[in-house]
Amino acid sequence: MAWLYLLRLVVKNVGRNRLRTGLTMVGIAVAIISYGMLRTIVQSWYAGAEQSSAARLITRNDSSLAFPLPVSYAGDLRKIDGVSAVTWANWFGGIYIDEKHFFPQFAVDADTYFTVYPEYKISPEALEVFRHERRGAIVGAKIAKEYGWKVGDQIPLKGTIYPGTWNFTISGIYTGADDKIDETQFIFHWDYLNETVKAVLPSQADNVGLFVVNLLHASDSALVSAAIDSSFHNSLAATHTETQKAFQLGFVAMVDTILVAIQTVAYVVILIIMAVMANTMAMTARERTREYATLKALGFSPAFVMALIAGESVAIALIGGVLGILITFPLASAFHAATGHLFAIFEVTPLTVLLQLAAALFVGVMSAIAPAWHTSRLRIVDGLRAVS
Amino acid sequence: MKGLSLAYVARNLLARKFTTCLTVAGMGLVVFVFATVLMMAAGLRHTLGGTGSASNVLVIRQGSQTEVQSTIDHDEANIIAAMPGIATDAQGQPLASREVLVLVNLPKKGSARLSNVIVRGTTDDGISMRHKIKLIAGRQFRPGTSEIIVGAGVARGHTGTQIGDTLHFGLRDWTVVGIFDAGGSGFDAEIWGDSEQMMQAFHRVTFSSEVLHLRDNASYDIFTKALATDPRLQVEAKRESDFYADQSKQLATFISVLGQAITLIFSIGAIIGAMITMYASVANRTREIGTLRALGFQRQNIVNAFLAEAMLLGLSAGVLGLIGASFMQLLEISTTNMQTFSEVIFTLIMTPAIAVEVLLFSLIMGVLGGFLPALRASRLEIVEALRSTT
Repeated sequence: MAWLYLLRLVVKNVGRNRLRTGLTMVGIAVAIISYGMLRTIVQSWYAGAEQSSAARLITRNDSSLAFPLPVSYAGDLRKIDGVSAVTWANWFGGIYIDEKHFFPQFAVDADTYFTVYPEYKISPEALEVFRHERRGAIVGAKIAKEYGWKVGDQIPLKGTIYPGTWNFTISGIYTGADDKIDETQFIFHWDYLNETVKAVLPSQADNVGLFVVNLLHASDSALVSAAIDSSFHNSLAATHTETQKAFQLGFVAMVDTILVAIQTVAYVVILIIMAVMANTMAMTARERTREYATLKALGFSPAFVMALIAGESVAIALIGGVLGILITFPLASAFHAATGHLFAIFEVTPLTVLLQLAAALFVGVMSAIAPAWHTSRLRIVDGLRAVS
Repeated sequence: MKGLSLAYVARNLLARKFTTCLTVAGMGLVVFVFATVLMMAAGLRHTLGGTGSASNVLVIRQGSQTEVQSTIDHDEANIIAAMPGIATDAQGQPLASREVLVLVNLPKKGSARLSNVIVRGTTDDGISMRHKIKLIAGRQFRPGTSEIIVGAGVARGHTGTQIGDTLHFGLRDWTVVGIFDAGGSGFDAEIWGDSEQMMQAFHRVTFSSEVLHLRDNASYDIFTKALATDPRLQVEAKRESDFYADQSKQLATFISVLGQAITLIFSIGAIIGAMITMYASVANRTREIGTLRALGFQRQNIVNAFLAEAMLLGLSAGVLGLIGASFMQLLEISTTNMQTFSEVIFTLIMTPAIAVEVLLFSLIMGVLGGFLPALRASRLEIVEALRSTT
């Protein structure tokens, strides 16, 4: 029953200096929210890589992604053992309205693209319409909703890599197989792009940005990658093949310095709040020096007094922490809505919540160490004599 | 009657060393983060804003946004070079450099990751036009050979390329014969070689951009007007320095917006910390405040003393954070500029303006934390305060 008594005492102590306890809890809540948000931001960068299929390879020019590959490679790729399907795509990089209204645009092979990417769901009728509409485009449900596009709408894009203004007609809208699939892409005919390029810049025609290769067995990825790269090794354009996941992570790695900075900052906020919390506990313990000495004089063990201080510290930290976790969820949705397409997926994971809770607990325990140790070592006489 | 002395205020802080230290540490960390963000943005601006010269003009294809995406063919390049306003050399030839830009993957030192490094094919004119470029080791590349020179950032930093190394790209081996310093500008993160050789290696028939030296400051307008009215050309021109500054706008904005949002949220925590400390300071000294009032000090004096205490707390945190942040100047950051898809290398820089801004910020944090407690202190009734047990 001693612990129940202890608990009651802790609760009473927490409520003694309402203003200070309240302020500390708010501080901890703010820190836990920031930690959760920053972690979620970093995770969202990696989300694209995590959803990628293991049975899919990306083949690009060995020099860099900025160089194209000849479209004729598609035939050679299909002949390689272990390959089940091949398609290709070009990054278009057009501007809709202005640079702020960004969404990814790809010129793709209309016949094979949606076979290789079954996770982009589209009705067979719409796909049929798309195949016969030279300037047709398939757009993601999310951007269609955002810009109010409907099937049949005309969409002009200003080319940056490919000069001029390009007009497209929406033939259909795709949705993701699950909510982790990016629904912001704008997909149109590579043939349409190529014909125009052929007329304007013949030297750059019949080129593709990258090939997407589906495998029969996911376990063959290393073998098939090596087979692809060696078969083009001495060609005019050598290739670099990697799994879709590695390819996506390559993009994330480009900004890894920034991600490391955000992660560091996420831990700095814990340090900041630890200083605030430790301060609260130190002040509380000092004010109650005489009281704790009295408890010891009455026969309570130093361990009991330590538990009293630690219990109070952990209780304040956990209440603040839970408050922070509860606010993190609506804030994350609001943040996702406000940033538009910056992140395809923005989700507070269970692990994040667990870490938030662990951080709050850590802050609570750490803040109690100095005052608890100090109080337990205090001689009763000195404690009773103390003037606060 | 004069207010309470600063020595009184300072001694109050020293009387509770542990609490003061913790509060200053918490606020100091916030100041540190704030200063680092400002220094990052300033460093990026310094690097990319300092790239190129205002007396050069850079021409790219209309709407292409970056040099890598732009194409300019031989005929267009000749027409552009013949425009009015361009300086000429001793032989009467226009000072123009037709450049080729490609992005090449080079492995980062000590990891399997690749970085996109800009390889620039340039000419003698192109090098002499950029006054900041200085060869610091080795020699210049010889035109017509597979020789390259690398920027100091590339040599020092993540790829660790040195003289004598060979790099393989465009189905060829390129020998590094020199290292150049571009005064901390964006060129430091580039690799330069002969324009014609790059064109051959990458099977290109078009240039990426043309850089021209202006005759004088007024000739920019003459040149751009002539360019805009020529029906044969679909190009756009910018002063070279403006062009590179614009290329970094998104990244600089991203860093400052993210950084400022983080700082704002963190400062709430620090302000709460200061508030807790100051409330405790008031509570501990209730009788003392009563005594001061009885001695004839006005409410305003009490408010001022506590505000000064909070400001001193903030200022110490500011100084501490600033000292910590100045060590961050040793840090060199390399990341990808998503606007150009290429590697940028920059160092954090501390400027007097940043120092002032940071100190002001820490003072404001102190004031915000101290305001309410100070108000409470001044509202205490003399008699009751004197009677209180603490």
